[in-house]
Amino acid sequence: MTQLLAIDALLIAACAWLAVGLAGLAAPRNLRFISKTLFPVGALVGLGVGLLALFSLGQRPETAVLAIGLPDLPFHLRLDKLTAVFVMLLGFVSVGISIYAAGYFRKGEGTAPGLLCLEYHVFLASMLMVLLADDAYAFMVAWECMALSSFFLVTTDNRHAEIRRAGYLYLLIAHLGAIAILLSFGVMTSGSGDYSFAGMRAQELSPFWASVAYLLALVGFGAKAGLLPVHVWLPEAHPAAPSPVSAMMSGVMLKTAIYGLLRVSFDLLGTPLWWWGVVALAVGLATALFGVLYSTVQSDMKRLLAYSSIENIGLIVVGIGLTLIFHAYKMEGLAALALTAVFYHCLSHAGFKSLLFLATGSVLHATKERSLGKLGGLIHRMPWVAWLALVGVIASTGLPPLSGFVSEWLLLQGFLFSPGLPHPWLNMVVPIAAAVIALVAALAGFAMVKFYGIIFLGQMREENLKEAHDAGPWEKAGLVWLALIGFLLGLFPSSVIGVIDGATKQMLGAGLGERVREQGWWMLAPISAERASYEPLIFLVTIVLSVYLGKQIVRRLYHGRVRRSPAWDCGYVFQSSRAQDTAEGFSQPIRRIFEPAFRMDRHFPTGRDEKPYYTVKVEDHFWHWLYVPVARAAEFVSKLITRLQGGRISVYLMYSFLTLIILLLVARP
Amino acid sequence: MTVAGLFGQLLAIVLALVLAPLLTGWVNQCRAWMQNRSAPPLLQSYYMLHKLFLKDVVLAHGTSSFFRTAPYVIFGCMLLACAIVPTLSTDLPLAPSADTIALVGVFGLARIFISLAAMDIGTSFGTLGGRREMLIGFLAEPALLMVIFTTALISQSTSVATIVETLAHRDFVIYPSLAFAGVAFTFVSFAENARVPVDNPATHLELTMIHEAMILEYSGRHLALIELAASLKLYAYSCLGLALFFPWGIAAGENPLGLLAAIPMLVFKLAVGGAFLAGIETINAKMRIFRAPEFLGTAFLLAVLGLLVRLLLETRV
Repeated sequence: MTQLLAIDALLIAACAWLAVGLAGLAAPRNLRFISKTLFPVGALVGLGVGLLALFSLGQRPETAVLAIGLPDLPFHLRLDKLTAVFVMLLGFVSVGISIYAAGYFRKGEGTAPGLLCLEYHVFLASMLMVLLADDAYAFMVAWECMALSSFFLVTTDNRHAEIRRAGYLYLLIAHLGAIAILLSFGVMTSGSGDYSFAGMRAQELSPFWASVAYLLALVGFGAKAGLLPVHVWLPEAHPAAPSPVSAMMSGVMLKTAIYGLLRVSFDLLGTPLWWWGVVALAVGLATALFGVLYSTVQSDMKRLLAYSSIENIGLIVVGIGLTLIFHAYKMEGLAALALTAVFYHCLSHAGFKSLLFLATGSVLHATKERSLGKLGGLIHRMPWVAWLALVGVIASTGLPPLSGFVSEWLLLQGFLFSPGLPHPWLNMVVPIAAAVIALVAALAGFAMVKFYGIIFLGQMREENLKEAHDAGPWEKAGLVWLALIGFLLGLFPSSVIGVIDGATKQMLGAGLGERVREQGWWMLAPISAERASYEPLIFLVTIVLSVYLGKQIVRRLYHGRVRRSPAWDCGYVFQSSRAQDTAEGFSQPIRRIFEPAFRMDRHFPTGRDEKPYYTVKVEDHFWHWLYVPVARAAEFVSKLITRLQGGRISVYLMYSFLTLIILLLVARP
Repeated sequence: MTVAGLFGQLLAIVLALVLAPLLTGWVNQCRAWMQNRSAPPLLQSYYMLHKLFLKDVVLAHGTSSFFRTAPYVIFGCMLLACAIVPTLSTDLPLAPSADTIALVGVFGLARIFISLAAMDIGTSFGTLGGRREMLIGFLAEPALLMVIFTTALISQSTSVATIVETLAHRDFVIYPSLAFAGVAFTFVSFAENARVPVDNPATHLELTMIHEAMILEYSGRHLALIELAASLKLYAYSCLGLALFFPWGIAAGENPLGLLAAIPMLVFKLAVGGAFLAGIETINAKMRIFRAPEFLGTAFLLAVLGLLVRLLLETRV
């Protein structure tokens, strides 16, 4: 009897997702059936996918060949440990998002629910296929399916012109990226015509061509991940999409690009050159700093989160760069540390960013408002969403004891132990990079305090917020699941590292697993306990214990009396919700300190204005420096080409004749 | 974990709770003397805390449960910080739970909670204070991390206990990098503890305050806890500075006598440090809020310079 392999089971899961999606088409208007039956089934499939990946992390790589595809060019699939880590991420995070989506979609919001269900599940299945693909052909087909299905999801509410524009921009940059990826694969086959990944691994590329392939991959996958300067689609597409879709794109889809980059640079290309790492490090740092600066000045809550995703992707790419540098110099122990940080940050970002995007979805449903300046005080009306979002906020600011801190800690450890690189110049660059990371982490705190404080705390800025309601049971369940992931990743780092260690070992030949396991499950000490250690559980217990004891002692020794009165506010009589900071006001220090980083369009009131008003509009330099000139050039060239179209048949016949003559001249035997 | 270690840990925590208000009182006393004012008694902070604990809590309308939880969380964070900074000995059972990077994280966590609590009331001063606190925070935190990195590079470890052991029991060598780091650390601790060049702990002048603006609406036991936490923070920073730059006198082993001998040394060092702090506060004026980025930018630059000096000029130990 042939055994059922994990990869077969994963293929069945992909088919199940497709089937769930198609079932949605059977009753495209039956919202109850779709949201209360199909999405939960999709979530169950996701749970299965996650568990299968968890199981296969301890197994040997498995391969499969699918009969579909072109003649003589079947789909090759492979499930190794690198794939398994990302499949696990996809599976477990999609559970939370699908459960949430079951309660999220309403009638009359753009695309019919059935079609939405199909697009959503095709999106999930194609991401799974991207991760499983083992030849360039299958990879590109799945990659394009993913791009297209997510494009349709982004443009769900396609009645608004801005959403259509965001979708167009997304599609455009996705395709530029896809071209770069395709070219990169082309370079890696080096003319052998063997498009399977095994064939590419066997090729011995010259350093020049290897570098070309690496840079093309960096551009191509960077376009999907949101690296500078091809990040512009991200802050447009994320706010346009429905919240579960934003969560899925930010949490999971960006990680497929990271997966692709890891696959190409560590697996397919063989030993990296040291400067590849420096390039990734520089791009990653620039992206992280840019992302966090822009996220602090946003006034739209989903744009703020989208820029914060750019920042996190930047940090992940910094980790990849560091790994490449260490790997190029054969310092595998340190490379393993940095790569573990990369995996960890992928997992934790997938958890907390999905959580935050979903929380904004609940806020959006409750208030119909995305602008921070019109929200406020929602913790009174939506306590569940508010407290769960706080988990996401703390995780995403990289503070202990939640998940974001672990990856940041590992990354900083990687930087700290970098002295010893044989390159003196690199030795100097690395600590400066660490300084930038410290700045980015601190700025992320500013952005998140703004996000949380303005949405959930304070007084309600508008009257209609009083009618806001908390999330429904499905939405709550989805949020709770993702918050649990944040806690799990934050509190049990050594167990998680033990699980993902197989992937690190597969890619580098070394891992942290043994050393981490020696210390016991509660303690994280990647090198040795004397050098650095972190025990999140004890950390949390100590704080909780001192909070509890503090409360008890104060109650026993003194009292617990409370009175209510109006706020004092230094004795000012006129207190209104308008006196609170708006989103623009809160980020004023950042705009002032980092003024050259922004392109600002401001209007200040003067003393003589009848109706004084103040506006500020912050725009991206890249848009004006890079995109507008390119767009103008494209327009100019296409205008030149339209001159050929005279509209007279005799002219067209002459073109054909001339072409024929030129071909005859050129194509002589 | 030994009994002596546990004893040392408990002693360190109790000592922090006892000494922290005393340190604040001492700084206030020194400052009053230097400014030719008659000084409040040394125990004034205790009287204040006792009075505040006795008073009712007056909560503003419209504050949420977050506002009531935050003081306890901030207090817990600071107590943990005091527990892991070596004051008497380096043999602390809690020390492995958080290294120096996590220590910076603890301060960050407390900062986020106090800023959010300030925003929870929804008054103009609350959000103003919260915003300014985060501004100072994101400028100071990287500088603090860089200082810590410099010491971590010298001792090849980020664990506080190991750093202090290495620095305390080395041969007497002057590290230029430590000098840079020390100056940067002093700058940062002024900013982080809301002291004079950046913030004024004694002001209630609306437009200049940072820390005070955040805690305007707190009263009773909540205010007491926040004040106690602020004292603990000053104590933790002072002890961290002393442990990193003047580590002599901290017991290394599990010897209980060594622990007891370390107490007078610690009190002496804190007294000198407190007088120094008061002196700096006396001869400086508070700067405008938008001078703070320059001040802290200098600290950041000095810390990075220290790191580079360590990497480029000093031979590896």
